[in-house]
Amino acid sequence: MELTNLTIAQIHQGLIKKDFSASELCKTFLDKIKEKNKEIFAFLQVCEDLALSKAKEIDDMILAGYEIPLLAGVPSAIKDNILVENIPCTAGSKILEDYIAPYDARVVKKLKDQGVVILGKTNLDEFAMGSSTENSAFGPTRNPLDLTRVPGGSSGGSAAAVAARLSVFTLGSDTGGSIRQPSSFCGVVGLKPTYGAVSRYGLIAFASSLDQIGPIAKTVEDCQIVFNAIKGKDEMDSTSVEVSKIENYRSKRRASSSPPLRRSVIENLCIGVPKEYFVKGINPEVERVIKLAIKKYEEMGAYIKEISLPHTEYALPCYAVISCPEASANLARYDAIKYGEIKNKKLKIKSLFDYYLIARGEGFGAEVRRRIMLGTYALSAGYYEAYYLRAQKIRTLIKNDFERAFKEVDLIFAPVSPFLPFKIGERINDPLSMYLSDIYTVSVNLVGFPALSLPIGKAAPLQNGGDGLPVGLQIIGKPFEEDKILEIGKLYASN
Amino acid sequence: MITKKELRRIAKLARLSITKDEEERFTKELSSILNYVEKLKEADVSGVEPTSHPFGVENVMRSDKNKKFAKSKKLLELAPETKDGYLKVKSIFEIN
Repeated sequence: MELTNLTIAQIHQGLIKKDFSASELCKTFLDKIKEKNKEIFAFLQVCEDLALSKAKEIDDMILAGYEIPLLAGVPSAIKDNILVENIPCTAGSKILEDYIAPYDARVVKKLKDQGVVILGKTNLDEFAMGSSTENSAFGPTRNPLDLTRVPGGSSGGSAAAVAARLSVFTLGSDTGGSIRQPSSFCGVVGLKPTYGAVSRYGLIAFASSLDQIGPIAKTVEDCQIVFNAIKGKDEMDSTSVEVSKIENYRSKRRASSSPPLRRSVIENLCIGVPKEYFVKGINPEVERVIKLAIKKYEEMGAYIKEISLPHTEYALPCYAVISCPEASANLARYDAIKYGEIKNKKLKIKSLFDYYLIARGEGFGAEVRRRIMLGTYALSAGYYEAYYLRAQKIRTLIKNDFERAFKEVDLIFAPVSPFLPFKIGERINDPLSMYLSDIYTVSVNLVGFPALSLPIGKAAPLQNGGDGLPVGLQIIGKPFEEDKILEIGKLYASN
Repeated sequence: MITKKELRRIAKLARLSITKDEEERFTKELSSILNYVEKLKEADVSGVEPTSHPFGVENVMRSDKNKKFAKSKKLLELAPETKDGYLKVKSIFEIN
């Protein structure tokens, strides 16, 4: 039995039957990280002591005969823009190189309360800005399925860690596709929950009206278990939503349709496929694999309906003009006064203004500075209405598209990315070609709906040999209907 | 399109130092991104209300009571320079 391949439920069974201990399991993962991390670089930080002491705690509980929660003793890893108390949190940036998290993010606290073992912090594009993890100030993560290729981003370290079996599950954050796209590129399952379903307290903010934390795992079941553990209202995040509201929403749904979704339910399911997502620019292999998956759901009994999301062409520019100003405001706090410092001690700095210029100039990488400047420009006097305000109006139009579509369909199926995992270095010097990688995911953040990235197969092998690269199907649902998305996702694997 | 002069102005507003080489590069890159987002001008937004939050959540109130943050010592330890429990900064006014 390969311990690193086990699911959460299998680990739970193994622990209570005493097939293995939480400490053994933890050491197995730590050893594997030591062996593999050099080539994959999924982890920025391994917290061995923290992990082993938590595992020991769980073993003691089991020995003492206590019942343990489902997630107890399960090894995990956290994207390095989410705070874990007393552990460095860099956001992949030089400006936070020496920052030690002073408290736990709400999601981390919730996982710790369930007995989850935290192995370490995973690599990301600096401040979660990017689609390849090449923007990390500490070096790129490599795709475990093909080391010459990117794992996607920005949660590339989190997706690669799961794909390489260096962690049972991980947490990522998704502002424009940063959980879904790397999950697709690494052939694992990733969920971007509804905006507000999960507290953002302790997440280093990028674009506050779009950011959302979510799980990445090997299976849909595991994603569901982790999502249920981290969701819920938190007084520290005023945009998080009452759990009771979510439950009301669900019980209403239960009243109108049958409870747990089974095979029979799919026969009443209407799946919308937006025609605007299958136009010029999509890789033909991606299109082929996605259409096969849609066909499979049709064969299971779902009704497939072509729909239109007419403002799709505006989604990416709209996302840029909304996320960059929000980023420029959020990242104004990095001044090397509250934390961080100017590394070059030889510089003679007289005024506070010069201190800011140098601290921020040397602390932020190129992509982060690009986005801060774009955001500053779009918010500056004389440009605000033409850019930011206009983009917010277009955001309304995009939202109307989705609301109209969801009056006719239960779920929307789409590709996650138009591309297969690309080569390291292939797009990094052309910001626009990098942004295009998220063309099918940004709309979902703009409207706040939940979406799953489900691995559904591989593209044809490349001419130079090797396995085909993974393709992810994006399953988009109505607000707070994560359970429906997840249940439908599970059917793919079991059929 | 933006000019190098505009780029310098934006960088200053954003409190970012940039080198001469970067100035060239960022001017080109930002121009091409701005050119791309010009697309937004084609959409008809007359009579459309802006969306700032996906579900239009209203202000959330809490009671107006101060609470001491238990870990303030930890926060101060992160700062490069402190004095008497305060953060220390460079002088704000130019001294001639």
